[in-house]
Amino acid sequence: MSLDLPGGFEHDRHESSFTDLLRRAGQMPSWDPAAIDHAGVPEATTVLALKTADGVAMVGDRRATMGNLIAHRRMDKVFPADSHSAVAIAGTAGIAMELVKLFQTELEHYEKLEGNRLSLEGKANYLGALVRNQMPLALQGMAVVPLFCGYDESDGRGRIYTYDVVGGRYEEVEYAATGSGSVHAKAYLRAVFRDDLTREEAAAAAIEAIVAASDEDTATGGPDIQRGIYPIVAIVEESGYHELDEAEVERISREVLERQS
Amino acid sequence: MTMPFYVPPEQLMQDRAEFARKGIAKGRSILAIEYDTGILIVAENPSRALNKIGEVYDKIAFAGVGKYNEFESLRVAGIRHADVKGFNYGREDVNAKGLANAYAQTLGTVFTNQPKPYEIELLIAEVGKEPDDNRLFRIRYDGTLGDERDFCAIGGQEEELTEVLRDRYEAGLSLDAAIAMAIGAFEAVEERTIPSHEWEAAVVDRGNGRRSFRRLSADEIETARSKS
Repeated sequence: MSLDLPGGFEHDRHESSFTDLLRRAGQMPSWDPAAIDHAGVPEATTVLALKTADGVAMVGDRRATMGNLIAHRRMDKVFPADSHSAVAIAGTAGIAMELVKLFQTELEHYEKLEGNRLSLEGKANYLGALVRNQMPLALQGMAVVPLFCGYDESDGRGRIYTYDVVGGRYEEVEYAATGSGSVHAKAYLRAVFRDDLTREEAAAAAIEAIVAASDEDTATGGPDIQRGIYPIVAIVEESGYHELDEAEVERISREVLERQS
Repeated sequence: MTMPFYVPPEQLMQDRAEFARKGIAKGRSILAIEYDTGILIVAENPSRALNKIGEVYDKIAFAGVGKYNEFESLRVAGIRHADVKGFNYGREDVNAKGLANAYAQTLGTVFTNQPKPYEIELLIAEVGKEPDDNRLFRIRYDGTLGDERDFCAIGGQEEELTEVLRDRYEAGLSLDAAIAMAIGAFEAVEERTIPSHEWEAAVVDRGNGRRSFRRLSADEIETARSKS
């Protein structure tokens, strides 16, 4: 098979965009809002992010629900967007996961073509555009509301962005949460947040916020010691994105639960 | 109406090949060498902004000699091809063989159908899970595709570099030894010393995680040279 050669300026206004490339090839993932009964589609629930002294921490519970059923117990909702940012999802799970995959590919595609990464602001804006493209579905009750955070290499600090269903992008100063349990998670974070949390303290606070949300909201799954299911905890600092390993999250979760009993 | 002169196809192809070879011979060569945990690619390149070596996909690197705008457009086309394939299927379904074939098709078509052939040669390197799974492909201006083992040179001094490395190469080199050997081969062929900041070097290394491509800094090159 022959390659489609890129032209000069006249052919393309978005030379580096992977999403445009897929659209031109007619391979853009799409859903027909009229054809889907949204009560039968899994929903991802609570995710949150908070700033730490050196960057940001992002945590997601593992539950996906379908109406009043538990659809999945071990779902991943926190993903690396690229080496220095993380994205977490709430809302219609299938659409949200496709959106994350598209976002990850887009960032890497841009980096390979241009030789440098997009700025954190640029990544946040791009994610807003992806959410905006899903608006017809959102209006049918299948909303995708991501949470985005990362380490801003140009000014050396962590940043958090939230979105609404129409793609509106808001920068948060201290912490943010989205999904069904977000009200309770935020209420908890409001009480404990300081701007000098260490990475360990932030992870513990975030897990406690998930526990608080799971106490009040049936769609949020807290740490499940019997089944060995724990929240996903990601940290983004100057050194980049990394996830805490399961043993460490288990240890912190057990401490949190013991403190509460 | 005037009739065009008849040119026998042999003559036409020969003229085109000669034209392309002349263009390629003007540029500096690129050398790829396998070492214990990956593949090193080295190019003499005084420019800090215009690269000859680039990342295509998780395990795959690209290098081009000749006209910059021509191999740059092929680099971009290759990244697009790989990213779309990896997105629609799976990441491990993107491999160097498929990519090298697509490049060969494209260059072959350009060579016969376009008014002017591309004055470039390409090198595709893929690091495998084991050294035996490493792949080195060379694609010539007319779409001729070849695969190499251990090392591969493209560009004007291809034959001289191959000659030097045939004597010196040994399996299981460390990265530092591979850097010193590659630069030593260039300097032996050109009979001069080239300072460390005038090299462009990158590796695809199986120890680097999912994205195995990494550029080497002038300091790393300097350190490797001083060790040998």
